[in-house]
Amino acid sequence: MPDPITAAEIRELEDKAYKLRKDLLTFSTRINMSHLGGELSLMDMVTAIYYRYLNYDFSDPKWDDRDRFILSKGHCSEDLYMIFADKGLYTIDYIVDHFETLTTAQFGQHSNRKYVPYIEISAGSLGHGLPIAVGYALGARYRKKNYRIYCVVGDGELAEGTNWEAMMAAAHYNLGNLVLIIDKNGLSMTGFTKDVMNIDPLDERIRAFGFDVRQCQGNDMKSVCEALDALPEPDFATPRKPVCIISNTTKGYGVDFMENNWKWHGGGLAKEQLAEALASLEKKRSGK
Amino acid sequence: MAVQTTFNFDQMLSNAREAYGEELLRMADEGLSFVFTYTDNVAMSTAAGKMIQKYPDRCFNFGIAEPDQVGASCGLALAGNVVYSQVFGPFLPLRAADQIHTDIAYNDVNVRLIGTHAGVTAGGGPTHNDIADLALYRAIPNLTVVVPADAGQCVRTIRQSYDFEGPMIIRINRGGSPDVYASNDYEFVFGKAIETLPGSDATIIATGSCVYEGMMAAKKLQEKGYSIRVIDMHTIKPLDYDMIAKCAAETGCIVTVEEASINGGLGSGVAEFLMENGYHCKFARVGLPDEFALLGGLEEVYHYYGMDADGIAAKLTRLLG
Repeated sequence: MPDPITAAEIRELEDKAYKLRKDLLTFSTRINMSHLGGELSLMDMVTAIYYRYLNYDFSDPKWDDRDRFILSKGHCSEDLYMIFADKGLYTIDYIVDHFETLTTAQFGQHSNRKYVPYIEISAGSLGHGLPIAVGYALGARYRKKNYRIYCVVGDGELAEGTNWEAMMAAAHYNLGNLVLIIDKNGLSMTGFTKDVMNIDPLDERIRAFGFDVRQCQGNDMKSVCEALDALPEPDFATPRKPVCIISNTTKGYGVDFMENNWKWHGGGLAKEQLAEALASLEKKRSGK
Repeated sequence: MAVQTTFNFDQMLSNAREAYGEELLRMADEGLSFVFTYTDNVAMSTAAGKMIQKYPDRCFNFGIAEPDQVGASCGLALAGNVVYSQVFGPFLPLRAADQIHTDIAYNDVNVRLIGTHAGVTAGGGPTHNDIADLALYRAIPNLTVVVPADAGQCVRTIRQSYDFEGPMIIRINRGGSPDVYASNDYEFVFGKAIETLPGSDATIIATGSCVYEGMMAAKKLQEKGYSIRVIDMHTIKPLDYDMIAKCAAETGCIVTVEEASINGGLGSGVAEFLMENGYHCKFARVGLPDEFALLGGLEEVYHYYGMDADGIAAKLTRLLG
């Protein structure tokens, strides 16, 4: 188990998530193609994972023993691009200049592993990440590799039946190195998940499928880190239940006019809205 | 120059569905590293079943859940494994189309998807007929699609695919069926069609076990004085366009034969090429028409839809006029 996280470390991660949200909003005005609602809800979780928990070496993205981070909700890949930029792998100008630009394109609304070596899977179509993560976990066990496979799935995405096929398989094969993280922001593309296709009681359902289910407040860094700190150590040789963290979040978190508003699922932020969005973000941050 | 084939079919029955498992078992015994995924349809009495029993650590059953199986096969490949994955009949292309497209082809992984019981060979009617797959596969970029003509070629496909870079579909239609090739020492290269019978009046371009029916049709027409060339188009994607061009130019008459819908598969691919490149040759397609196939015994279904040797010969005779 890692050392328990300190208040100062939490503060540092919060600052990082705040910075990444600002980068994302600004970036969005330049490309005008984003999925801000889900990207903002997820940002704290990916910040914690990429800046504290993921066993990963950006100078060697093909390192065989690295933890795998699989973003099944591939439409939220701009969170990762902002992290990659923050890590110094690309400048944001470079990402903008190579964003859906035909023959020079490396980045798009949906992640592509062919053009960005730090992306594990090309995704976009929903319900694909978890079956792939199951394969990864089986493959790691076969090759006696002790890495963790994190897979982030959206709650609207859970309507796709492949997630439940994969949950069955993950439990059947006791894939204890698999960590399913559900970004439960409560909204789908056109409304509240409970109205579009109800998935509750989610914890009971996933527990019934054989997972060790935990919960966290996904927009509270302390809660996120406590959930990630509590993960069992990866151990391919010991069969145990896969873990699911239901990360309860707010879609559009941090920007008041985006929060809980399904209209901010897709689309970019207009330049004239940027100042208001950043001011809202800052107000939220200083209110902490 | 045509390769050596056999007309002595009765003595040469073998089973491609068994052969793939036998070869995988041999490869595992030789120490080759790969994993195998499957759904709940591989009987333990088959060769593949024996491999599962002998090498349980590398074989993963996904129950009746093809999308999960194909998606997980992608993950297994990304984790550094060569993956062979077997799915029954239409449930590969129809249930797992999105996974074939996105997880396997778009993610560009070394997965060999083995579709058994293709075409109408499963019996049991349209729910179990696999007729739309070739049209689907042809429209998915980055797929290589191989349809072995007989069990021996199936074995060679499995073996050669081990070192192949990229995703591959291996389509097995019939189980027990006659061997086309007298021996397995002929040149077999993915994407390079094989002339199994020389001829100058017309060409039958066939794939999978239809190559055998094409050979039999050519033999019947030979007796009537026609010289019919037969081509084993074992790779449906990419098609061997050089061979199609050669046959069009040299024989001026082409009939395609496939155990799949005539819409979008081998025949469509050949027709597209001929039209776009200005070949004015006689042309017809043999395959399943645009309807759900009637219920019946396998040989009866082939005969009804003109996919057996008699049907192919009749179509060719009309075309040659």
